[in-house]
Amino acid sequence: MIAEALALSALLFTIGVVGVLTRRNAIIVFMCVELMLNAVNLSFVAFSKLYGATGQVFVVFVMTVAAAEAAVGLAIIISIFRHQESVNLKDINLLRG
Amino acid sequence: MGNEFFSLLYSFHFYLFGLIAVAAAIAFVTRKSPVAAAMWLVVTMFCLAALYVMMDAQFIGVMQVLVYAGAIMVVFVFVVMLLNLGHPSELSDISGKWGRLFAGFLGLALVAEILTLTRSPMDLRLVVPTIPVTVTSTGGIIGGVSGPLFREYLLAFELTSVLLLIAIVGAVVLGRKRSAS
Repeated sequence: MIAEALALSALLFTIGVVGVLTRRNAIIVFMCVELMLNAVNLSFVAFSKLYGATGQVFVVFVMTVAAAEAAVGLAIIISIFRHQESVNLKDINLLRG
Repeated sequence: MGNEFFSLLYSFHFYLFGLIAVAAAIAFVTRKSPVAAAMWLVVTMFCLAALYVMMDAQFIGVMQVLVYAGAIMVVFVFVVMLLNLGHPSELSDISGKWGRLFAGFLGLALVAEILTLTRSPMDLRLVVPTIPVTVTSTGGIIGGVSGPLFREYLLAFELTSVLLLIAIVGAVVLGRKRSAS
């Protein structure tokens, strides 16, 4: 089952990458990043079946980082929305000059 | 016969949940409405939780449902509601033809890369430890995870609490209304 789980993890990660590249809604881009983190978690769990429970400990850490990232990222999106009235990444070009 | 049947049932459910996860993920990246996308992502996360449980990581499966599907996605949906983005606008936010072509090509290239890596003549497999890993925890399912978490990784565990504190403070600072100074 480990090989299948790793293949599934690779597929989910790729779908997440494609989502990040194609979508322009900042919130959906964030959700795609969460999907990529989930795919990595799946490989961690698959390897933990082979190498012991350390992989599951790492999954706990990844979940913590994902939660922190979601909180801060969404706060940033809200504060961008206050300035620009939009969450479309096309409209967020303050640094373009 | 019983054992064989169980094994077949296990494989069937493994593939079933895997297929649902991939299908829901594809539906997730193609939906226009952020709320629909979030719901499909929740489906993917539930399927992953089922897979975790099937791979003897029951605690992680529970955490997946509670933290990811229960907390993080609720925050996402809450922000969608807060910004009043529930309706897909007339203009799709999916980028144009060239962007989609590029992303699709990159996705295919990534999958092909991974597939060739598994079929390469070089031995890329990780070295399997000579001592087989045995579950030595006495604390049941959770003991296997919490043992290393509170012993070998205690410093990292404490540092994540600092990280969470920073995230809370940062979210509050970023999210509050700017006072007229």
